[in-house]
Amino acid sequence: MSDRIKVTVDGIDVEVEPGTTILQACEEAGAEIPRFCYHERLSVAGNCRMCLVEVERAPKPVASCAAPVAPDMVVFTQTDSVKAAREGVMEFLLINHPLDCPICDQGGECDLQDQALGYGGDASRFDGNKRAVEEKHMGPLVKTIMTRCIHCTRCVRFATEVAGVPEIGAIGRGEDMEITTYLEAALDSEMSGNVIDLCPVGALTSKPYAYTARPWELKKTETIDVMDAVGSSIRVDTRGREAMRIMPRNHDDVNEEWLSDKSRFVWDGLNTQRLDTPYVRRDGKLAASTWNDAFAVIAEKINGKADKLAAIAGDLVCAEGQFALKSLMDNLGSPHLDCRQDGAKLSGPRANYLFNTTIAGIEEADALLIIGANPRVEAPVLNSRIRKRFMMGQFPIAMIGAPADLTYDVSHIGAGTDTLADLLAGQHGFADVLKNAERPMILVGQAALTRDDGDAVLAAAIQLAENSGAISPTWNGFNVLHLAAARVAGLDLGLLPGEGGKDTAGILQAAKSGDVETVILYGADEIAGAALGEAFVVYIGSHGDRGAHRADVILPSAAYTEKQAIYVNTEGRPQMTERAAFPPGEAREDWKIFRALSDHLAVTLDFDTVEALRVKMFAVAPHLAQLDHIEPAGAPQAPEGGAMTSDAFGVAVEDFYFTNPIARASATMAACAKAKGERAPAKQGTGSHG
Amino acid sequence: MSVRRLHATQPESFAFTPENIEWSKGQISKYPEGRQASAIIPLLWQAQKQEGWLSEPAIRTVADMLDMPYMRALEVATFYTMFNLSPVGEFFVQLCGTTPCWLRGADDLKSVCRKMIGEQGDITEDGKLSWLEVECLGACVNAPMVQINDDFYEDLTAESFEQVLTDLRAGKEVATGPQNTRHTSEPEGGLTVLKGTK
Ligand code: SF4
Ligand code: FES
Ligand code: FES
Repeated sequence: MSDRIKVTVDGIDVEVEPGTTILQACEEAGAEIPRFCYHERLSVAGNCRMCLVEVERAPKPVASCAAPVAPDMVVFTQTDSVKAAREGVMEFLLINHPLDCPICDQGGECDLQDQALGYGGDASRFDGNKRAVEEKHMGPLVKTIMTRCIHCTRCVRFATEVAGVPEIGAIGRGEDMEITTYLEAALDSEMSGNVIDLCPVGALTSKPYAYTARPWELKKTETIDVMDAVGSSIRVDTRGREAMRIMPRNHDDVNEEWLSDKSRFVWDGLNTQRLDTPYVRRDGKLAASTWNDAFAVIAEKINGKADKLAAIAGDLVCAEGQFALKSLMDNLGSPHLDCRQDGAKLSGPRANYLFNTTIAGIEEADALLIIGANPRVEAPVLNSRIRKRFMMGQFPIAMIGAPADLTYDVSHIGAGTDTLADLLAGQHGFADVLKNAERPMILVGQAALTRDDGDAVLAAAIQLAENSGAISPTWNGFNVLHLAAARVAGLDLGLLPGEGGKDTAGILQAAKSGDVETVILYGADEIAGAALGEAFVVYIGSHGDRGAHRADVILPSAAYTEKQAIYVNTEGRPQMTERAAFPPGEAREDWKIFRALSDHLAVTLDFDTVEALRVKMFAVAPHLAQLDHIEPAGAPQAPEGGAMTSDAFGVAVEDFYFTNPIARASATMAACAKAKGERAPAKQGTGSHG
Repeated sequence: MSVRRLHATQPESFAFTPENIEWSKGQISKYPEGRQASAIIPLLWQAQKQEGWLSEPAIRTVADMLDMPYMRALEVATFYTMFNLSPVGEFFVQLCGTTPCWLRGADDLKSVCRKMIGEQGDITEDGKLSWLEVECLGACVNAPMVQINDDFYEDLTAESFEQVLTDLRAGKEVATGPQNTRHTSEPEGGLTVLKGTK
C-alpha cells in the first residue's frame, strides 16, 4: 500500500500504517522496547518513560509508546544515549521501590525485576528515606502492597476502559500519588483479577495465591476454562496434584487476554469437596465403596428395567463423557436422556443454539438487542467484548429482560415477551434501528429460553433476526448465549430425548410418579434433590454437591483440569483441555466410568481408548474434530413455537460466584459473594463516559 | 506537601444552597453536552466556599451533578491543594513559606501561628482560626505574607501579624494588603524615582 510509512529501526527498514506508534514500529522491526505503562489493549498513558528511544534529529530521547511515526523516521534503540536514558528512568523508579523481591509474590515474573536486570545500577545513589504507602483494601481477590506501585496507571485504565467500573484512581500527586479504589471498596467487577496480571510490579497481587508458591516451582498446563460457555484459554499452575492458581492465556478470538474472576479464582474449589472414591447408600447412609460394588448395585437396579432408566447431563461435563453416556443409553434402549438440566428449549439445527456472530464478530456488529440475558454475569469476558465494541461508538444497544448494569449504555426497552412481540410487529422504535443496521446482532439468553414458552421466544427471536436482515450469506446476527460449558457439545451430540423419550421436566415428573425408577445424574447439580422423588439416583461427578447429596450411588470422576477432553463453547468452537493434575484417589475420567459401567450392564461400549471413542464421536459430529475452528452453522430455523406468554423474563444467574459445584466448593468464591453482599449499593457511573 | 486524605469524620450529607445550585447550572452550561465534567473545579470550589472545606459527601454530590464517577472527582479534589479536605477555621491562614518569604521572616510568622493557633491543621477552640503552610502565593515582592480567606496580608512582622489575627478574631475590620506604611508594591517610604513626572 502506498500510504504506508517507511521507518528505519536500528538500520532495518519497516513499512507501517500511518498512526502507528514508534514502539509498534520497533516491534515490527524486531527491536524489543522495555515498557511499564504501555499495554496494547489499553489506552496510551506515556507516563513511565521506560520506552525511550533515540530518533534522528530529535533533541531528546522520545517516549516511543506515545509518539507516532513520521515518514522516513530513523530510530535507534540500542545506542549509548538510549541505554543511559533508560538507566536514568530505572534509577528513579528504584529510588522509591522497596527491595523486597525475596518476599514479593511477583518475584520471578516481575517486569521491574526483569528490566532492572538490564538497566538497573548495581548500587543505589539515593540515601534519603524511601517513601512508604499504606496498603489499600481492594476486596477478597486483589492484595495490595502499594509501596511497590510505580504509577503506571495500567490498573486505572483497565478498570475504566475494559472492565467499565471506573473505581480505581490515583489520588494526591507527585511523590504522594497513591492508587486506590473509591473509599477502598472492593472492585465491583467480575473482571477484577485482570489487574493482577496487568500490574507490572508486585503492587497488585493475587490474595488467595499469596505466599503459597514461587512461579518456577509450578507445573504449567495450557488448557481451557469451563466456568462459563466462553471457553477462555487458561493456564493451570499445579504443584503435585494441587492446583495453585489459574491464569489467562491469550486467544484473540475468545478472551483476548482477560479472564473472569470466577474462572481465575475457582481453583481452591478443585481441591476441596472432592469425590475420591465410589459411595453406595446403605440404610440411608452413603458409605465408601469399591468400583465393582458400586457397579453391581447399579446393575441390579437397571438390568431388565432399562425402560425405567433416565439420564441428565450437567453443565461442566465434556464431550467425550456425554458421548459415552449417550452411547450407553442407546445401547440400553432408553430414550429418556437430556443435556438441558435447566430445561432450555434448545435443539434443532446448530444455528438455533450457537453464538453465530462469534465473539470476535461482535466488534463488527452495528446494533445489538439483548433478550433475557445479563452477559456481565453470564459471560463476563464476552461482555467486555461488547463493551469494547460500545467504546468504539455508533453501537446502539437495547435490552429486554430484567434490568442490569452491563457496564455500557443500554436502553432497557421492556421486561418480557410483550416488547419482543412489539418489535416483531415493527411497533417499536428499536425494530427500525435493527433494520437500518447493516450488521445487527440479536443475543438471546437462557432466561428467555428456559421458560415453558421458550420455543415460542426462540422462534420470535429468530423471526426478528430474519426480519431485521441479521441473517445473510455474509452475516449471521443470531446468537444464543449459553451458561454451561457442556451444553453445546451435548446438543451437538444429540443428548436429547429420543423417540418417545422424556426431557428433563418429563424425567423429573416420571421420577416422582415412579414411571422412571433410576436416574443417572452426570454432573447435573442444579436439580433440587426433592424433585427426583423416590428414584434411585446414580451421580457421576467430581464434587460432593447437590447431586451427590441426593445420590444412592456416587461414581467419582475427573474435573476439567484433570482430563484431556473436548468442550465446545457458545460459538460452537471445539477446544481441548489438557490434564494439569491427576484426579484424586479412585476418581476416573468420565468416559472410562461409562465404559466400565456398560460391561456390568451387559451392553459393552465398543471403544477401549479415548481415541477410539473420538473416532466414533467425530463420525456423529465431524466438526468436533476441528479444534479451535468454528464450523459456520448457516441460518437458524424458527421452530414451531406456539404462543408466547406475557410474563417478564427472569434472571438466569442469581449469584455469579455460585453457578456450579466447583465454584460452590471454593472458599474464595464464597468470600467474593460475601464481599458483594456487604458492598454498599452506592451509585456508580457506568463508565460509559470514560 | 504531604499525603492528603479525606477527613476522618465526615458529615452525613451535603447539599448546595438553592443559589449555589443555580450558580452551578450556569457553570455547567458553559460546556457542551457530554463535557459537563469540565465544570468540576468551579463546582468543587463553590462547595468549599459554602462549607469552608470539601467533605466526602460534597465530592460525591458534585460528581453526581456532573455525571462523573466518584473516583474521578476524588482525584481532582486530592490533586489540588487549594481544596481543603479537612475543616478549617473561620479565618483560614495560608502562610507562605517559600524562599523569598522565608528569607524575610516567614519563620517568625509561623511562630505566631503556633502560639496563637497551634500546629498546622489545628482549629482554635472558638473555631475562628486555623493555618497551613503553602508554597509561593505570587506576592514575593511584599514578603513575608499570608493569605487569609480570600485576601492577602503583606509586609508582615510577627507583631503586625499577631495584630491582624487578633483583630480578625475580634470581628474588627482589618485593611488588606501591606501592613506597614507601604502602598501596594511601591518602595517602602514612598517613591524614589519618576517623582517629577506630571
Ligand atoms: S498498582 Fe500496579 S498497575 Fe496500578 S499503577 Fe501501580 S504499578 Fe501500575
Ligand atoms: S511505556 Fe512508554 S512511557 Fe511507559
Ligand atoms: S515566596 Fe512568598 S509569595 Fe512568593
